Amino acid sequence: MASVVPLKEKKLLEVKLGELPSWILMRDFTPSGIAGAFQRGYYRYYNKYVNVKKGSIAGLSMVLAAYVFLNYCRSYKELKHERLRKYH
Amino acid sequence: MNENLFTSFITPVILGLPLVTLIVLFPSLLFPTSNRLVNNRFVTLQQWMLQLVSKQMMSIHNSKGQTWTLMLMSLILFIGSTNLLGLLPHSFTPTTQLSMNLGMAIPLWAGAVITGFRNKTKASLAHFLPQGTPTPLIPMLVIIETISLFIQPMALAVRLTANITAGHLLIHLIGGATLALMSISTTTALITFTILILLTILEFAVAMIQAYVFTLLVSLYLHDNT
Repeated sequence: MASVVPLKEKKLLEVKLGELPSWILMRDFTPSGIAGAFQRGYYRYYNKYVNVKKGSIAGLSMVLAAYVFLNYCRSYKELKHERLRKYH
Repeated sequence: MNENLFTSFITPVILGLPLVTLIVLFPSLLFPTSNRLVNNRFVTLQQWMLQLVSKQMMSIHNSKGQTWTLMLMSLILFIGSTNLLGLLPHSFTPTTQLSMNLGMAIPLWAGAVITGFRNKTKASLAHFLPQGTPTPLIPMLVIIETISLFIQPMALAVRLTANITAGHLLIHLIGGATLALMSISTTTALITFTILILLTILEFAVAMIQAYVFTLLVSLYLHDNT
């Protein structure tokens, strides 16, 4: 039987639900930690969809779609007045 | 309608924090760097495009002017990508803000002019008087040339702001008109929709042309002064 893996080194999908709060609190929230998280996320997406031998338009369009969606969320407050409803 | 038309131009602030910084920095995500010789398709396309533009634009300069290549190429990439991203629905275009365009135009123009004054003072001052003017006209012409010199950064900034803002406003208006006409008369709505399609094509062209024009003019001011 392998030795028990300490909580800090487990990946998110291997953490049990009861351990979730303590796992979140153990993450690195320093500025360099957050910067590292963004960098890891960026390279994960880049290496999966763009930096491949036969990259397609999907790599770029997913980013643009997410951009449009975030802008929609940002301007929802003004947009909800333009719905076709009798009472706003 | 009055208030809604201009709400897309207010700088986005979320809970008091400037979201506009993130929006200005977003186009940089779309231009990945790579140190390899053979890259993925995305980076190869961008490098090819950049080579094309830089050869076309920097070939007229001497070696002193060509030190500005990085500045001018990043300028055209920034303005072009920001304008094109602004054509996506619901997005905010930073180049519609006069403050930002002035912030781009004035330092670049001033850099070119001051370089000219420092390095080739006589030639820079000589620009104020075109060749072959009749002697009585000289004082008036010097004044006119000075005014035309100082109006250059203002014209650069206002040209970009006005073009992009006007295009966005037209799209909003005609889109709203199409939507309103749908319930009244479908044929008119179809005609308006065709106008909207043509306008969108125009706006794509304008987005790229304005970037080109801005950079070209800065490069011309540079050419005069190096």
